[in-house]
This record gives sequence, C-alpha cells and structure tokens, in this order.
Amino acid sequence: MKKFQVAIIGGGVIGSSIARELSRYDVSVVVFESGSDVASQASKANSGVIHSGINSPPYSLKARLCVEGNRMFQSLAGELGVPVKWVGKFVVAGNEDEIAELEHLKRVGESNGVPGLEILDEAGVKKKEKNISCRGALWVPTAGITSPYQLTIALAENAAENNVKFLLETKVIGLKKQAQKFFVNTTKGGFLADVVVNAAGVFCRDIVAMLEEPDFNVYPCRGEYLVLDKSYSWLVRSMVYPVPPKHTGVLGIHITPTIEGNILLGPSAEFINEDEDTRTTREAMISLLKHAKEMVPVVPDNAVINAYSGIRSKLASAENGGWADFRIEESRNTPGLINILGIESPGLTAAPAIAKEAIGIIAGLIVLKEKGSFKSNRARVNRFSGLLETERAKMIEKDSKWGRVVCRCEQVTEREVTDALSNPLGARTLSSVKYRCRAGMGRCQGGFCTPHIVRIMKDNFGMDVIDIKLKSPNSTLFTGRVREVREHG
Amino acid sequence: MVEHLVDVAVIGGGPAGLAAAVSAGEHGAEQVVVIERNSWLGGILPQCIHDGFGVEETGKSLTGPEYAEQYINMALQKNIQIMLETMVIELRENREIVAVNSNGLHNIKAKSVVLAMGCRERTRWGAMIPGTRPSGIYTAGVAQTFINLQNIMVGRKVVIVGSGDVGLIMARRLKLEGAEVVAVVEILPYPSGLLRNVVQCLEDYDIPLLLNHTVTNIEGKERVEEVTISQVDGNMKPILGTEKQIKCDTLLLSLGLIPENELSRMAMVEIDDRTGGPSVNQELETSVPGIFACGNCLHVHDTVDMLSVEAKKAGKSAVECITNTGRKQYETVIHVVPGEGVRYVVPQRINRPGKVELMLRAKKPMEPVVLQVTAGKRIILTKKLRCATPSSMIKIGIVIPPRVFASRAALEVRLIG
Repeated sequence: MKKFQVAIIGGGVIGSSIARELSRYDVSVVVFESGSDVASQASKANSGVIHSGINSPPYSLKARLCVEGNRMFQSLAGELGVPVKWVGKFVVAGNEDEIAELEHLKRVGESNGVPGLEILDEAGVKKKEKNISCRGALWVPTAGITSPYQLTIALAENAAENNVKFLLETKVIGLKKQAQKFFVNTTKGGFLADVVVNAAGVFCRDIVAMLEEPDFNVYPCRGEYLVLDKSYSWLVRSMVYPVPPKHTGVLGIHITPTIEGNILLGPSAEFINEDEDTRTTREAMISLLKHAKEMVPVVPDNAVINAYSGIRSKLASAENGGWADFRIEESRNTPGLINILGIESPGLTAAPAIAKEAIGIIAGLIVLKEKGSFKSNRARVNRFSGLLETERAKMIEKDSKWGRVVCRCEQVTEREVTDALSNPLGARTLSSVKYRCRAGMGRCQGGFCTPHIVRIMKDNFGMDVIDIKLKSPNSTLFTGRVREVREHG
Repeated sequence: MVEHLVDVAVIGGGPAGLAAAVSAGEHGAEQVVVIERNSWLGGILPQCIHDGFGVEETGKSLTGPEYAEQYINMALQKNIQIMLETMVIELRENREIVAVNSNGLHNIKAKSVVLAMGCRERTRWGAMIPGTRPSGIYTAGVAQTFINLQNIMVGRKVVIVGSGDVGLIMARRLKLEGAEVVAVVEILPYPSGLLRNVVQCLEDYDIPLLLNHTVTNIEGKERVEEVTISQVDGNMKPILGTEKQIKCDTLLLSLGLIPENELSRMAMVEIDDRTGGPSVNQELETSVPGIFACGNCLHVHDTVDMLSVEAKKAGKSAVECITNTGRKQYETVIHVVPGEGVRYVVPQRINRPGKVELMLRAKKPMEPVVLQVTAGKRIILTKKLRCATPSSMIKIGIVIPPRVFASRAALEVRLIG
C-alpha cells in the first residue's frame, strides 16, 4: 500500500494552495481529486475577485485571512505567472438608507485594516465609471481580480513540479484511523497517511463523517453567473457591487470585469438540497440581468455567451442568517485530521493565508524541513494573443504550431493546446484544455475549436475517441465511430 | 513579417470566397489571394454530403463536396493564390490584412478586399437554455463535422432544438446512421428551414416536428440524460404545465446562424443590426471604400446557389473598384429600408439610378402577398407573390428612375398580406 505523510482531500484552490505550500518541505504529499482536473467545483465557478476585507466582521477569521491573503496575492501570482489586476470596486448605494450602509461598511473595513476606502457622491462615481447609476458609492481600491481556475491550476501544477502527487478521478470513499495512521480508501485503491487535510469544499462533512460524528452541517448555496461577450468589456472597468443584502450572508449580485475581458453578472444565492446541483435556471438568468441593470442600466440583454453556477459551502443555514466563519482546525476527536470547513467568499482571496494557517497546524504534527530543490517559479505560460508581433514571429520560427490558430474567438494556437494537454497533472479533458489556454471560452463556445482539439487529442496524443471527455469521468463526448475503420492497415 | 501586395484579397475560402475570387480573376484581377483558416477549401460544403446543391444555378443536383470541387478547380485554373491554415487576425480600414500561419506573420496589402468569413452557429446560451452543463450538447454543424469529416458518432438518442436547415439535414443523417431522433422542436409556429428539407429529412423518416415548442431544461450531471420540452404561447414564452420530459443522450442545436463580422468591425465597417452583416450598396461595397462583402457574413442565405451568384458580383465589384470601369462616383446615396412584413433588405444603400437587385426576407409566412417598393409617395414596384416565408429569400429587380433617385427619398420595401 502506498504511503504518504500528508494526504489532501480535494484539489480546489484550498487543497492546491496547501499542496503547493507543503511542496517547499521534505515531506511526501498526495492530493485526491474526484474530478478529472483540479478546480473542478467552486474554485472554477466564482467571481474571481480578490477581496479587500470590508465585508467580514472585525476579529473574524474571514476578515483576518482575507486581508492577509489580499496582501500575499500579488507576489504569489507573480511567482506562478497568474494574472492579477487591481481594478478596485464600487459598492453602490441607490438611496439614502444605503448611503448610511456605506458608512458602516467603511468603518468595518477600516477596523479590518483595509486602506484607501473613500465614499464618493454620484458625480464622483460618474467621473470614474460613467455607466454606473447610483446615489453614491464606497470606493475600495485594494479589491482586485484574478482568474480563479488559472490560479488553482498554477498552484497544483507548481506543486506537482515540486513532487506532490496528484491523483485525479480519485474519490475518497472510506477513511479510518488505526495505530496513528490514516487508512484512506479511494476509487483507485488504498493509501496510508500520517496527516489528512480535509479540503473537500462542499463535501467536507462527508469526509469528517467517515471518522467521527460531525459537529456541523453544510448548507449548499448555489450562485449562478452570466458571462457577457468581450465586445462589452467597456461596460465597466471596476467591479460594481450593491450594498450587501441583509441576512443572507452573501454580497449580492455584482458586475465583475474578468481578467480576460469578459463581464460577469452574478452570483445569485439559492440554498439548495443537493451539494452537486450546479444547474442554471431561467429565473436566475432573468434576475441577474435585472439586478445588473439597476446598477449599470446599459447592460445588454443579448450579449450572454455562457452561464454557469458554483456552490457555496456554507456552515450556516438560511434561517440562521447564512453567515458563519471559516473553520481551520485539527479535529479534537481525530488527531491528525485537519479540517478546512466553510470556505466560501472570501475563500479565494484567503487561500494563500489559509494555506499558511494549515501549514502551521501540520508543523505541529510532523517535521517540516525545507528542501533545497523547491522551485517557486513556474515557467511562464505564453499566450499567442498576449504576445507582441515580433514575439509572435519568433515563436513561430521556433515552433510552427505557434502559427496555427485553432480557436478563432480567443486566438489560441495549436501549440498552446498541445502545451495544455501536456500538463504535469495528466488532466486531458476538453475542459482542462479550455481552462488552461481558453480555447472554447469565446463567443462561439467551442464551435470552431472543438473539432481541432479532438483532432490534436487523437493524432498527437493517441487518444481513442470514446475516451475523450468534456470535464468529468463519465462526460464522454462521443459514442464511437460512425464506421469501423482499420487505421494504418 | 512577410509582405504581400495583391489586387484582391478574399477573406474566407468557403463557397462565397471561392466564387468571389474566381469572379475577380475572370474580370481581370491579376493577383487574387484567398485566405482560409482551415486546411481545406469550400467551407462547410465538404461536410454537406447530401445532394441538392447547384440545382438553381446549373440545373444539376450535386453533393456539397462536388459543388465545392467545381469552384476549387476554377480557382486553380485562374491561378488564384490560396493560403490555407491561415488566420486573419487584423483587418484595417486601409485594406491591410495581418494574417498568421505556420510560416509566420503576413502583411497583405490589397487594392480591394472581399469579406467572405461566413457565419457561426448560435449556441445554447444565445437562446438561454437553462439546466445542467453535461456533454452531449452540440450545434448541428459541429455534429455534422464530427460525423461526416471525422467519422465520429456523437450520440445514440437525439433531440434537435430548432428547425434550421442544418438541423433538419442532421436529423436524417443521424437516423441513417442508426441513431434514434426523438423529435425536432421548433419555437416558431412554422419551420425555420426550407420546406423541401422538412419533407425529405423529417416526414420521409417519420421524425416528429413539434412546432410552438422549445427546450426549457437540460438534465444530466455528466452526459445529457433528459431534456424538458414545453409548449410556448404567442410571445414565445413557455406555458407552465405543458412540460414533457424526453430521455436522450444528445441535444443538437439548430438555433440559427450569426454572420461573422469581428474583422469587419475591426476595419470600422458599418454593420446592419437586422442582417448582422455589413451594410452595403448595390455593388456590395461596405461603408469602407474598397471593402466588399458577400456570402453568409453579409446575410445568411438559404442556398449556396444564390450565395455564389451574389459572391461573383462582389468579386466583379472588387475588380471594378480598382480599374474604375463602370464605377461612376455619385454623390447622392439613397437608403433602402425594410417596411411592413419585411425583416431585412440587402443592399441597404444605393448610389445610382437604374436597375438594382434587392434581396429580402419576410418576417412571417404570408400567402398570397403583395411586394411593394415605394420612394416617398411614389410606388416603384408592385408585385403579387404566391407566398412569402422567412425561410426563403426573395430576390427582385427594380428600376429606379433618375428623378426618383434625385429626390433622395428612401426606398421602402413592404410585404402586404
């Protein structure tokens, strides 16, 4: 049976951050991910916002780790080659009552140590962002945006390059502790570990329940989004948030420019019964457009190119106000089990700080000795669309695949698709290509590139067509050949 | 950067691009280049292995590949330069093109440019179909690519939403390959595709066509497992209580085609919101001098035959623009606007009196119907038509008297039921 010192359950942004932090040390680490790639749940389906810390009550873990994470973000993103933009955000007030709320938010933010907060009147807002309609707004300069899936992928790939073992399509189905060792049973066999990190997100209770009676419940809360065509990137440059609705523990439907130039509308907030129900609904689509237009009236109805949803892993029910703090702790009943619970917004921002927090706990359990071979920098991932003309010419000279554009909307080349398919995690679905190089993320939603990617998977990676999947172990794209052929004699 | 100087540069090597290039060659252009992003010529014709192409144009019924071959051969005979696997990434108002292929970057300076980029398929999100996001959802054209060009079967039990021609053709194709086609679902009270395709692809194969219906939900965590269809009211809103669940593993989308004009917009070419394509004059010249448009990027056509005729005109105009033959500069421009019963008219502008051909599409099916063209209070043309349907483009010749032209009154085209 394979032995690892640390087993991390979940390859989301939290599991991948912890894995990457641990890869600095001389310790053997495995990550079990039930999906076909990392970032296959909430880590890929959120707003991609680096929060400032104005929204969490002072002295909460959420406030502290959000502000800490925010400060760590720039250098982490730099090391990993992940894009970050400090676009700032407006919290807009539509009436006098809401202006009073802005004052409250400002006080909370200041006591959490958030710098630069400023309340602007209508004219002040218009000067910075002419399409916003409001009575006034709180300007939050330290809020930023990143690509949540690119960050998670970069963390995981960098961890893998530093010898963390990632096992995809590997679901943990049993967990026992005997004689100071954890026995982890998975769909890919059994493993032994000294320490188990439960970073299973919305499934975190299921993991705890394998070992002990959980002292908490998870209340899944779905958030739906709409993605607008890049030709509307002029709508807003900064994020536009409403004053947070009371008693739901969410921030409200906001308008977010993405790092790639699209505009996101969302998320809705709907408590649901099933923790994997990532559907989109007509009701939410209508409501998202309506709410967005209240803040930015020129938001168009007919520019949606995609819709998706993510599930918040909440520890408080709707009846109890929907707000609960993060929990990052070693189980009292099962020493060696480190639970990371209730990670929802601002979880992405806090991820680097949560990882440090977790490492602190792990360091009390096993010896963490820094290894000399740790490589903190990840090779820069080149994008054809982001290169200058002269650079493009040079790249094509080196490898002609840089000259073959296979995704027309996002201008992605065959070389980038090939690089994406050669990732160190071994993720090879259509989505894993999409999230690495953006092929399929544009306005035609894969109409042009899908046949090209399938061709590359078949011809250059030797994949059988019936093994080609969209995003998860059973999401097969094809049912077989139209005609059986004997290829190559 | 490789520099090229050409007479006519055609963007897109589909049927429109090929016909335009051949015509440009025939009308005396010496250096014509066709820039095509795929590794083949003919656009989607090679995957259209059914017949019916060329009937109106030549009287012969050809398959897509056969039809394409004719024009490919003509292009080769005319020494037209073909750049395959080459993506145009920039088009400027001064008719400079930046393109990329495996040999590097290319700067193509053209005396005139013909836009022939074609169209793309409307996606699930264009129609805002809610539900889960499993595999097994394909636009009809992509499914056709996989089945007919890559020998890959996309599914076994299929529902098709939208009754556009590609969807109808694919219903039959899937059935012939052993798939079960449960239904074709159309939100409108009439089919979107040509009548002959409804008969030959659905009725002949006992595939039900459900009018006034649409898909309102998709189920399936990983692969499509079920779709919900609902009846819609007169405003195309789903009627509560009419939901029906259909088990299937595949949903094909035939929701309409969108002209591709990202490059046109880059060159500041004015786009008509009604067609989704450039606004052109009777010579198919766009708002940017020297840039012409034809094919499905100008407006979506019913048949390749009509498209080729139009594209040849664009090719000819692109040459005349260089040689200046037959090209008088008129200062006056009159607009052509769709009136009652008309969804759009091409061309949108006319800059000379005389004979002009109009292409238009009806808003809804009507029979019998009177087509009327007016300029202010003056009636230019009145013509009785047996019927008009949105799926069949109407082509009509008119003659604009010089006095009418000089009055600068806009031409209004109406279909009166």
